[in-house]
Amino acid sequence: MPSVDLSSPKVSEMWKPNRRASRISQTIVKFITGLFAFVSVMTTIGIILTLIFETIAFFEEVSIFHFLTDTKWTPLFSSAQFGIFVLISATVLTSGIAILVAMPLGLMIAICLSEYASPRARSILKPMLEVLAGVPSVVFGYFALLFVTPLLQKFIPGLQGFNALSAGLVLGIMITPIVASLSEDAIFAVPRSLKDGSYALGATKRETILSIVLPAALSGIVSAVILAISRAIGETMTVTLAAGQNPRLGLNPLVPVMTMTAFIVQVSLGDTPAGSLAYKTIYAVGMTLFLITLGLNVFSFWFVRRFREKYE
Amino acid sequence: MTPQNPISLDAQGRESRFDANLDRRYLFDKIFVSLTWVAIAIAIAVLAALLFDVLTDGLAMFDWQFITSFPSRKPERAGILSALAGSVWLLGLVALFAFPLGVGAGIYLEEFSTDNWFTRLIEININNLAGVPSIIYGLLGLQVFVRWLGPITGGRSLLTGSLTISLLILPIIIVATREALRAVPDSIRLAGYALGATRWQVVRTHVLPNAIAGILTGAILGLSRAIGETAALITIGALTFISFLPEGPQSPFTVLPIQVFNWVGRPQKEFHDIAASGIILLMIVLLTMNSVAIILRNKFQRRI
Repeated sequence: MPSVDLSSPKVSEMWKPNRRASRISQTIVKFITGLFAFVSVMTTIGIILTLIFETIAFFEEVSIFHFLTDTKWTPLFSSAQFGIFVLISATVLTSGIAILVAMPLGLMIAICLSEYASPRARSILKPMLEVLAGVPSVVFGYFALLFVTPLLQKFIPGLQGFNALSAGLVLGIMITPIVASLSEDAIFAVPRSLKDGSYALGATKRETILSIVLPAALSGIVSAVILAISRAIGETMTVTLAAGQNPRLGLNPLVPVMTMTAFIVQVSLGDTPAGSLAYKTIYAVGMTLFLITLGLNVFSFWFVRRFREKYE
Repeated sequence: MTPQNPISLDAQGRESRFDANLDRRYLFDKIFVSLTWVAIAIAIAVLAALLFDVLTDGLAMFDWQFITSFPSRKPERAGILSALAGSVWLLGLVALFAFPLGVGAGIYLEEFSTDNWFTRLIEININNLAGVPSIIYGLLGLQVFVRWLGPITGGRSLLTGSLTISLLILPIIIVATREALRAVPDSIRLAGYALGATRWQVVRTHVLPNAIAGILTGAILGLSRAIGETAALITIGALTFISFLPEGPQSPFTVLPIQVFNWVGRPQKEFHDIAASGIILLMIVLLTMNSVAIILRNKFQRRI
């Protein structure tokens, strides 16, 4: 075999690895990108700290007892009352209606797309759902206020111009794509062998889906629904535009209500100097909102861990 | 006909103790399939109704004059120029901040990091951030960028808005980047290492060029989220009525969805109609961005 003399001057001139420079650039890039990744942690820390600081400042002026037990929400009046459950009840109402719409609708869509639709139909329907998912919330607010409410008023006499019902219904349509696409992923992950086993025992397709596929995909479906609920709770523009700005305790869907997010928008639209009570109030409301969505996320995380079926 | 052997069926398949009752079960199957299609039909019908409603209300006022005029108290003279300019500015600045940050973080997590506590912390954190409502980011921006960094950002300015929105869409871009990087086959990396390249050299010369279409797709989808975002920007104090163009990053601003929100919130029917015109413009911008993303995605899928 012809051998190459690596130590000959000609070859070593051609091959000049600058290992030091390579290693330094590698270290620098790794450090910088690591720093970028750390920005996300900083964001979380920033969110938690700002919420905590302003909320503490809020509770120095308003007792936590009043915050939890007052039955009115009138922070901008001279005789201010801070019953957070007034806002929470509105949020629960709108997102409750929303999930009553989105859960059956989204789940049925997911089943249809993953089990029944032909690849051709899928390739048309999925982009349409993606368009629906991409519509900005202010557009849904417009639609709820100026299309759905007038339409519903023809059938429901007592329905007011601003109401939780149409806001909730439209919110439901808005989060349906989330339920549908995440549930579809979960259903898609169920192995074929499970279904084949069910068919071999003589089950029909519907029986297989309802008693084999859905239970096997349960953890994914539940986390999809929970994510959709937390999206509905944090959603702002639709409920601000269509549900109104009237803080009211109760679960009547026909009258105007004010959700937590709508309150933050109402205060933000006015001129609120930093350090004023109104400024601190939006952080206390934001903290409540954050804790509720965080609680849902933690629950979903736990549920998936606990009930996930592993195949392979 | 007495069923000696319960499993065996007779000629009709009905008389034995093993009663499959197939007709009824298949009937339920048919009903079930129809219901799933009804669900899809409802979703699409709502989308169609929404688009139809917006188009019938908004097309009359949607013309060149609408795009090139400033907002006005008179609906027939009102336009959307300042909001459009604000949205374009915001989009540019968000892309400038969020793209390098998100792609860099994605590269770190996918290519450089080992499975240690720092990586796991960031991963859990990104999952959590995706579930935080956008209005909470607005509260963060109000406190940090408006109040603390006010002298740098100019207070309730474009810079504040774009920094806030960048943080909001960062998880989307990071997740998309990671998925795109994961789709690059490991053999390419191993070949690079075998030739003595460092991880960064392999990423720069081979992994990134292969993943760039997927990364761009994710980035555009993130940016289209930024275009429609309203709540966080209202919270940091973007204005709802301005009749001048933003002059720089420290200028006050408004964006398309906020302008639409302002018009929808007014009592007069005429303002509702120009709100619909504004929505048409917003949807055109969004659909354009999404089609670019879809074209990129298709190109990307063909290559690997």
